[in-house]
Amino acid sequence: MYKVMSKEKLNETIYSMWIEAPEAAQSVQPGQFIILMIKEKGERIPLTVADFDRERGLIRVVFQIVGKTSEELSTLEEGDRLFSFIGPLGKKTEIGNYGKIITVGGGTGIACIHPIARALKEAGSEVISIIGARNKALIIMEEELIKASSELIVTTDDGSYGRRGFVTQVLKEFLDRDKAIKKVWAIGPAMMMKVTCETTKPYPVETIVSLNSIMVDGTGMCGSCRVTIGKETKLACTDGPEFDGQLVDWVEFINRLSRYKDAEKESWDFYHEHTHVCSCERGIN
Amino acid sequence: MAEMIPPKKRMQREQVPMPEQEPKERICNFKEVPLGYTQEQAIYEAQRCLQCKNHPCVSGCPAEINIPKFIAKIVEENFAEAYLEILKTDSLLAMTGRVCPQEEQCQQVCVLEKQGKPIAIGRLERFVADWARENNVHGKLPKMSKREQKVAIVGSGPAGLTCAADLAKLDYEVTILEALHQPGGVLVYGIPEFRLPKSIVEYEIKEIKKLGVKVVTNFVVGTTKSVDQLTQEFDAIFLANGAGAPRFMNIPGENLNDVYSANEFLTRSNLMKAYRFPEYDTPIKIGKRAATIGAGNVAMDSARTALRLGAEKSYIVYRRSRKEVPARAEEIHHAEEEGIIFHFLTLPIKVLGDDKGNVIGMECLKMALGEPDDSGRRRPIPIPGSHFIIEIDMVIDAIGTLANPIVARSATGVEINQWGYFMIDDNTKATTKEGIFAGGDIVRGSATVISAVGDGKAAARAMHEFLSSGKSLRNK
Repeated sequence: MYKVMSKEKLNETIYSMWIEAPEAAQSVQPGQFIILMIKEKGERIPLTVADFDRERGLIRVVFQIVGKTSEELSTLEEGDRLFSFIGPLGKKTEIGNYGKIITVGGGTGIACIHPIARALKEAGSEVISIIGARNKALIIMEEELIKASSELIVTTDDGSYGRRGFVTQVLKEFLDRDKAIKKVWAIGPAMMMKVTCETTKPYPVETIVSLNSIMVDGTGMCGSCRVTIGKETKLACTDGPEFDGQLVDWVEFINRLSRYKDAEKESWDFYHEHTHVCSCERGIN
Repeated sequence: MAEMIPPKKRMQREQVPMPEQEPKERICNFKEVPLGYTQEQAIYEAQRCLQCKNHPCVSGCPAEINIPKFIAKIVEENFAEAYLEILKTDSLLAMTGRVCPQEEQCQQVCVLEKQGKPIAIGRLERFVADWARENNVHGKLPKMSKREQKVAIVGSGPAGLTCAADLAKLDYEVTILEALHQPGGVLVYGIPEFRLPKSIVEYEIKEIKKLGVKVVTNFVVGTTKSVDQLTQEFDAIFLANGAGAPRFMNIPGENLNDVYSANEFLTRSNLMKAYRFPEYDTPIKIGKRAATIGAGNVAMDSARTALRLGAEKSYIVYRRSRKEVPARAEEIHHAEEEGIIFHFLTLPIKVLGDDKGNVIGMECLKMALGEPDDSGRRRPIPIPGSHFIIEIDMVIDAIGTLANPIVARSATGVEINQWGYFMIDDNTKATTKEGIFAGGDIVRGSATVISAVGDGKAAARAMHEFLSSGKSLRNK
């Protein structure tokens, strides 16, 4: 079980893997996530599901190298096995025919948006997807998003591909132009989701975000992933990961994402000392 | 064989104290604190047992161990038979011997308790279990041919493991479904190594697997499959998924970066082995001054873990007085020996932080004790104007747990009460859906390992009755 069936490098730091997980693949729904461990001494990391194949019993995860565990994960090859793979976890996206809606993806958030956009489109919604990155090389899963959406707009900060600028600029144009849009899904780095919520705030739209808090068990047991939604404390793992973005306490959320910054650095250094892999060879900058 | 001594002499003997690691030494390691009786100590202690005819100790044991009988076997120096005697009813003996509150159960009703020196039943049980493990003595295996009926057990904590072992001994095909990557539930994620070594948990689970019990890890009942789906695959189900949700005080500042639930703090340290970071990948952050809120066993475990991880000061903050502390006497004693500082009659009202989300202190109120409340304990009442600040840089909330809803959400027809716990028949542990049973903390709230063991036994008995009368969930 939990065999890496295929691996693809999507760009310098982002990888895609199809993992053999028959039971999870049977029940997974768009918006849910999984937790995996590379080895017994590893940590449990949550990754949002990018795609699934029920017939073959596979789940696709897309991850970016941001620290020790994600780097180690990127060194696995086809045929290697993960120590553990748990899921699906979290609540599924409420899929339906909502007329015209927008999904916004940034970074690996593009992968998370993918199954959601596809399901919304299948349910009859008209799905405008806006995906963005710093430059052309960092845009991932464009082909998949074209299929999953009714219309796809790509933005790059430097203008090397698609529209020059941020996803939020395009989003604002759509909201100004089309009052029929009632729902926006935004998934990406915390700052991007926060800024997206600020952009949509003046408009009568619901903005749904997916919170990638630090988790341990992912089943509602430990409370590591707690977030403040409105005035209430909620668990991203079992009450989420999707929440009304206008109600998220972003300052607290972003602070809590940095809880282990020092430890992450220590772990990274320890790993590199013990594996003798030069970081420049792995494309870390 | 050791000598039987006359009753009068037995009464004169004092209880054999437990050898322990020195406090100074043990706060620098995670090794077990009590070292266990030697053979000589165990025999000497066992000889004190009066072997009274009405053996009140047995009725005080939820695991239904024939206590006088196994103690007699120790006196005979027949430790293997002592082991097999306990194993008849308790499959987790090395664990219950360590973490049971014997002073409130078997030992409380021991005839010698009146003189303040009850037989150290727990220590003797532990001795027997450890002796059997070290000497490679095992229980009998059940028949290889199994009954056709299949049982699913949700959760691999003490309730689930006990129920699984008892049903496997009755030749049922038993599958345990565990959400985490390692079986054991609270025994592996909750109770620290220095109180319950994980090698012992692993060993006893291995023994249960030998009975033919299948353990499936990484399986989250509720999301990987619903209870409703399991009713199509199994003839009976036991829900023993634990309380499994953290409880917070709901005071300002509680979501600051360095505020942990005891569940998170202990899971990082125990299950994920964060105390061996960076060899293990999971980190844990330790402040110089850690405040643990609450005074139950979990609070003691948390405060003592913080100390071992390098906190210079480790406080227990409790709103009632010393007299009301719910932890076992032994745990309080160990905590005090190790230098844990107790702030009694203290109610935290706000966690203070800086703009980065770091904890810098905790605002508290002094309390006084008023009239007894529903629990019979004197109610703590805030003293007006008694605000003060404790300088701390991390907080561990150890004020109990709540019911985790994910299993219940997926179980149609299985009713829960207003707190989210399964409603059951006290004797049979049957839920409101025939064929589904429940026990342990997901019924009781935060309770003890031994009460979960008792529930597992009662449920196994009722499930056997249900199944052997030809009933099945799948007929529905």
